[in-house]
Amino acid sequence: MKFTGTDSYVASDDLRVAVNASIALQRPLLIKGEPGTGKTVLAHEVAKALGAPIIEWHIKSTTKAQQGLYEYDAVSRLRDSQLGDERVKDISNYIKKGKLWEAFTSEQRPILLIDEIDKADIEFPNDLLLELDRMEFYVYETQQVIKAEQRPIVMITSNNEKELPDAFLRRCFFHYIRFPDREIMTQIVDVHFPDLQRTLLREALNIFYDIRDVPGLKKKPSTSELLDWLKLLMVEDMPPESLRSKDSKQLIPPLHGALLKNEQDVHLFERLAFMARREQRQ
Amino acid sequence: MFTNFFLELRQAKVPVSIKEYLALMEGMAEHVADYSVDDFYYLSRAILVKDERNLDKFDKVFGHVFKGLEALPAEGVTAEIPEEWLRKLAEKLLTDEEKKQIEAMGGWEKLMETLKKRLEEQQKRHQGGSKWIGTAGTSPFGAYGFNPEGVRIGQDKNREGRAVKVWDKREYKNLDDTVEIGTRNIKIALRRLRKFAREGAEVELDMPDTIRSTARNAGYLDIKMIPERRNKVKLLLLFDIGGSMDAHIRVCEELFSAARSEFKHLEFFYFHNCLYEKLWRDNRRRHVDTYPTAQLLNTFPPDYKIIFVGDASMSPYEIAYPGGSVEHWNEEAGQVWIQRMADTYRSMVWLNPVPERHWSYTPSIQLLQQLSSNRMFPLTLGGLDSAMKELNK
Repeated sequence: MKFTGTDSYVASDDLRVAVNASIALQRPLLIKGEPGTGKTVLAHEVAKALGAPIIEWHIKSTTKAQQGLYEYDAVSRLRDSQLGDERVKDISNYIKKGKLWEAFTSEQRPILLIDEIDKADIEFPNDLLLELDRMEFYVYETQQVIKAEQRPIVMITSNNEKELPDAFLRRCFFHYIRFPDREIMTQIVDVHFPDLQRTLLREALNIFYDIRDVPGLKKKPSTSELLDWLKLLMVEDMPPESLRSKDSKQLIPPLHGALLKNEQDVHLFERLAFMARREQRQ
Repeated sequence: MFTNFFLELRQAKVPVSIKEYLALMEGMAEHVADYSVDDFYYLSRAILVKDERNLDKFDKVFGHVFKGLEALPAEGVTAEIPEEWLRKLAEKLLTDEEKKQIEAMGGWEKLMETLKKRLEEQQKRHQGGSKWIGTAGTSPFGAYGFNPEGVRIGQDKNREGRAVKVWDKREYKNLDDTVEIGTRNIKIALRRLRKFAREGAEVELDMPDTIRSTARNAGYLDIKMIPERRNKVKLLLLFDIGGSMDAHIRVCEELFSAARSEFKHLEFFYFHNCLYEKLWRDNRRRHVDTYPTAQLLNTFPPDYKIIFVGDASMSPYEIAYPGGSVEHWNEEAGQVWIQRMADTYRSMVWLNPVPERHWSYTPSIQLLQQLSSNRMFPLTLGGLDSAMKELNK
């Protein structure tokens, strides 16, 4: 089992080594990086490349670690007991399997994606220490131990909203996805839009990196936003010249809504573009 | 060699433990990195570094420990060339005429052959000239010279695509936590300061209590509700504004906006240079709309946590003497007011945007450091983190 990138995902050397290390040594891989650099997509692509099933666990601010293991539906059992339902005698009827349970008992070695772990409460990662380390947990209600027959490949993404506890980090491998440079970005775009015009791509990338270099932007556009924008440009059939237009009326790039996501940024960019034009003219 | 690497990492304050070291050994045994320095660099980085803030430190240590381990750039050449021979001394530019001469020397293979021969002949470090391997010469072999068909040996720059370059470049420099501070980062630091409590309207199902009361109720459902968990930390922010603080306005704005969205109970006031008998909430109306400090001490209960934000850089008189203020006549000295704050509020910190290494040169900073009983922290992520820990005590 070795991951070498797929035809729809460009993986840099360091990312590849990190993924392979986590597969070979069976440790969770923690992935951080700017939003939109393909953290979640990575897990899907690894699953595709290895032909493994993927189990996704999306974390919200209210998610508890226990929910990943199992949940005991006490209220419906109480209700059933009042209705005299036969099922009430067996407690396992009211145990709902969580994502970790699913992953541990999967027939084929699965990929378990724990998405945006930083969204949960600060204590959340600590509650999963033993489960991720030994890949087993104990169900109190039925007094059984659920143990992974084959350790799933665990991938965890984080947007860095909260710091993760040291004990948790010790158990993971870590990779920080850097923002791709021009060369890798061209490869990424090629993978997604193979028949994109070279000139259009070049102009678009110029604008894209220019925007990213604007100081003080609230939200820098990322890879996924570039891809959206290119798609829009293609759908609208924009000629490459339109991106280069020296028309002073059109200060900001066409369809900029895909790149700049709040009005302050648009204003800021307009102002800067205006100043740049004025300097050019002088 | 690896033990040494491990120890140096610990010395450079990259938090690595034996567990991770063993994992690295395991990874080597599993052949995750097969005899390639680049892969080894990536593997050890994935295993040993757990936070992007430490990546730069890691790069530095890696570069230091494994110096000289990089693969030679030219294929097939295995001679070891002492680094000092090739140390950069000068960049030499040739005339067009000379360039042509060199181009006429022959193709790649011939160059390699000659190089091997020369390597065998050569015994000493060499510089300049046009035959021997060394630096800044016009011989085709060596570094930092000019020869259009030259072979580069042992040069730090211009090795596209090699990991060697990656750690030499230290791309993660910005992520070091002593450097940059942004709203999002501040929020993360502020989140340390959380104290949850259930107060107010009952909106959540209390499962244990429901089960307990249902059982007591002879099996008939008896639903119990409890209030939602909320952060109940109360915060009072006091900003120094104007004058020398103008240079730090950006970082203060960021801190303010982060704190504002994180805490429900947040009050803020402004002061100038040092705390005296008056504060204000709106800087534009600072002379009209003031708030007596004595009232603040009475209004906000002692469970409020106080954060002063100021550079504390002024004349010591402004703190120590009545009438020391630069703006008005103050009946009582600034230190009296600060002492009163410290007496009333148990949790109090002072955040200072001035870099910590300059603190010892400004007497007023030391004075306030003493007044706040050493609870002054630099306004960096690291400092903010320690400040929040202090407030949580």
